[in-house]
Amino acid sequence: MEILVCARRVPDTSENEIQLNSAGNDIERDELVYSINEPDNYAVEEALQIVARIGGNVTVVTVGNEEDEEILRREMAMGASHGVLLTDESFAGSDGRGIASILKAFAQKANYDLILTGVQAEDGGAQVGGMLAALLDCPFASLVNSIEVLEGRKLKVGREIEGGNKEISEIDLPCVLSIQTGINEPRYVGMKGIRAVAAHPIPTYGASDLAVDSGTVGAVAAKVKRVDYFVPSLGKGAEMLGGRREENIDKVLELVAAKGGLK
Amino acid sequence: MVEGVQSSGQLAAWLAQGQVLFLAIHVLGIACFAYIVAKRLVPLLNGERDLRFDRPFLRLGKVLKFWLGQWKHPRYKTAGVVHVLVFAGFILLAMRAFTVLIVGVSPNFVMPGLTGEAGRVYEFLTDYAATIVFLCMIFAIARRLIFKPARYEVPPQFGKAHKADAIFLLVLIAILMLADSLFEAAKVAAQAQAGQAEFSAVLSLPWLLKVTLLSTSPATLGGLFFAGYLVHEITFYFLLCYRPFGIQFHVETSLFNVYFAKLDRGTLKPVRWGVNDEHLDQVKSFGVKTFEDFTWKHMLDFYSCADCGRCSDNCPANSAGRPLSPRFLTIKARDYAFQNYPMLGQTRNGKALIGSIYSSDEIWSCTTCGACEEECPLLIEYIDKIVDLRRGMVDEGNVPQSLQKPLKALESRGNPYGKLEKKRADWANAREFQQTCPVKTLGKANGADTLYFVDSITSYDDRMQSIGRATAKILGHLGENFGILGAAEKDSGHEVRRFGEETLFMALRDHNTEAIAASGVERIVTADPHAFNALKHDYKDLPPVEHISQVIARGVKSGKIRFTPIRTSDKVYTYHDPCYLGRHNQVYDDPRTVLDAIPGLKRVEMKRSRDRSFCCGGGGLMLFYEPKEEERIGVKRVRMAAEAGANVIVTACPFCMENIEDAIKVAGLEGKMTAIDLAELADQQIARKAPALESEAEIPQECVTGR
Repeated sequence: MEILVCARRVPDTSENEIQLNSAGNDIERDELVYSINEPDNYAVEEALQIVARIGGNVTVVTVGNEEDEEILRREMAMGASHGVLLTDESFAGSDGRGIASILKAFAQKANYDLILTGVQAEDGGAQVGGMLAALLDCPFASLVNSIEVLEGRKLKVGREIEGGNKEISEIDLPCVLSIQTGINEPRYVGMKGIRAVAAHPIPTYGASDLAVDSGTVGAVAAKVKRVDYFVPSLGKGAEMLGGRREENIDKVLELVAAKGGLK
Repeated sequence: MVEGVQSSGQLAAWLAQGQVLFLAIHVLGIACFAYIVAKRLVPLLNGERDLRFDRPFLRLGKVLKFWLGQWKHPRYKTAGVVHVLVFAGFILLAMRAFTVLIVGVSPNFVMPGLTGEAGRVYEFLTDYAATIVFLCMIFAIARRLIFKPARYEVPPQFGKAHKADAIFLLVLIAILMLADSLFEAAKVAAQAQAGQAEFSAVLSLPWLLKVTLLSTSPATLGGLFFAGYLVHEITFYFLLCYRPFGIQFHVETSLFNVYFAKLDRGTLKPVRWGVNDEHLDQVKSFGVKTFEDFTWKHMLDFYSCADCGRCSDNCPANSAGRPLSPRFLTIKARDYAFQNYPMLGQTRNGKALIGSIYSSDEIWSCTTCGACEEECPLLIEYIDKIVDLRRGMVDEGNVPQSLQKPLKALESRGNPYGKLEKKRADWANAREFQQTCPVKTLGKANGADTLYFVDSITSYDDRMQSIGRATAKILGHLGENFGILGAAEKDSGHEVRRFGEETLFMALRDHNTEAIAASGVERIVTADPHAFNALKHDYKDLPPVEHISQVIARGVKSGKIRFTPIRTSDKVYTYHDPCYLGRHNQVYDDPRTVLDAIPGLKRVEMKRSRDRSFCCGGGGLMLFYEPKEEERIGVKRVRMAAEAGANVIVTACPFCMENIEDAIKVAGLEGKMTAIDLAELADQQIARKAPALESEAEIPQECVTGR
């Protein structure tokens, strides 16, 4: 099975102290550590596991610039056969639909049986998977937390439903799935693995290679624009606990008990 | 007295009747043994390289101490004394056994050098040796059957009990001794009947048998003489050929196992012996994945295990109910080798060990505390094997999710918490603290003689920063010109390496080595035993490294450090030896010297202290690992302190502090038990010029700032 996984490089929330910049329209990015968007990593692991069972190849693609090669290498070290970078000055500032259009253009260059995305980017809006499916005119399932390959170009996918329920659906290939974390346990990628793929070529494609309509990508074409970015101020009834962990735990218990939450 | 035997020549004649039979058994026995040993050598020859042929004198010294001297045995008194006696008996009887074997083929043979008086003395010794070994066997059988020491039990997950096999072997040795004694007694009785000079040691087994045989007819005596020989010979060869199939193979392998034992404490084996770091990139597969990835010496370890259970008896992971037992780590590998390298038929190799004989949880459970290695009488190595198995798992990407985050953070930020590099020196830079105790961050313009290597936990953890500040103040009090690397310091990588991530470790090591070289310091001090061990044993070409306890002890001895008395009388202190300070680096006395120099400090020892110290639960990345266990290791340790009658646990390691403080809460001993770092205690009790600092059992005010 030929599988395409769309991945994205994001600031690592566990290794950064996210602060707003002075202009108040973005986060301070100077000292950030980036890594692959976590759900995307689960998507790659799932693709690798499928390929290990039934054969095929995994290609990981990202839209960005050469700094984003870092995550492609990491996923190649995990076992992906190819990493592809889609980069072009005209791509900068694309909204969700723009990114989906670029990915669609790439996906159409080959015959992928299955396209996976993470359920959402940690700094994004969970838009791309659905839009990509629509642009490709493919079936789509979101929040997927199990995949079983069936005979006759079909998959059986499990989806997480709010409230802890699970839904099982059959879906025809080719299709697009957005992958939920917890679907598997992604393998560890050590420095040795990354070094081993350091010299592997990463093909890049620009707007002209992909024949992307410039009217659909980039800041100019974006129909969604960020106008503000801030840390919500404390609302009424909200209380922030600022003590040591143990004190906070005691305080929380006390508060919950006081409101009748503990009996 | 019955009509006696005419001469000792008749003894030879009796034996000569069986010459052909004896020779046949000799040939068969030796051929079988040679074949079995050759087969047992096959995996070793397929194993990885292991460079163990250096430093022969040091190795011979080890043989003298640990093999011939049986150094570790008396650590378990009963079993130890019995083993020393049996071992001594075997050593003494070895020459006799050879002589007896040759006598079967050449009846008049006498071992050169053992004629006349020397022979008499030797006979005297062997008579008693056989007796003692025989009695020891009876005792050992009784012990297995009646007293049943807990450490011999086989937990159900590890298969069937080994008792029957153990008793079978003990019985065989008892038969061997009995047969030898009977053979000897029949000979002496015959000599006595013939009125010849005869000798047997009073009250020995041969003597007792001789006394009962004195009135036996010569024909019967001859029959017993012959039978004694035959049973001895058959038992001897049966044992020789049976031992390589079980726990008694150590009789043959122990000498080699001790000679080739690891010589350097605290170190880890390289990924591949003979491949230096520069060429490591060319090594395709890291660590142990299949049995053949073990080195030949590690395979020899498997053969040498005597199943005595001392390792697991001392293993904190095993005692807390984690799925790890060092004993069965070895036994399972030995069983694997026996099954897959059979005596007859095809060798099967290349099967993955994780998922078949070992589980990943089992291998991650080890804290690398070294208690098992400290205890093993045969010097079997465990940590190197565990680390090699982890290297294999890391190479395959098989790392628990709980460890992936900290490893990734170590890669990108140089600390397992993912905190910012520039905040690494925040503990020292809080303004109030800087005013009382300025700490330099070393740079081009800012040199110093001494580097205080802080490491990640002390740099970033709120609680442990207090250890950092205490250390800095002690160095300041001693007038040291010292500084820290600040943002240029990265994690020492001690646990990164011990968790099998060699490549990441090398990156951290190279970074720190360069930063230390650039700082131009002449020596390094750290308060973290894990950093201490890393800098001392895992890094190369650094200035000398000391742990703060050594520095304080020297200050105490030279008089530079004086302590104010402890005022409260209800505090009883006990010192918990951190594994990487104690067992791995043999620093046992310095921390105790410091404690005993504090006037009025009452100190008790826990039952498990010094080289038998019981790990707190493990440091470094082990803090992130979520083990499957029945009880926390640290909780067990805290209970041991309570049993010893202590209410303050002093340790000298930030990881011990973390585990012990948590364990005090989990054990419900909050308010009854506290923990303090040696540096914190020393700093608190140091007599400074201003007498205002004599506060007790609390962290001094200036250390609280910056929290």
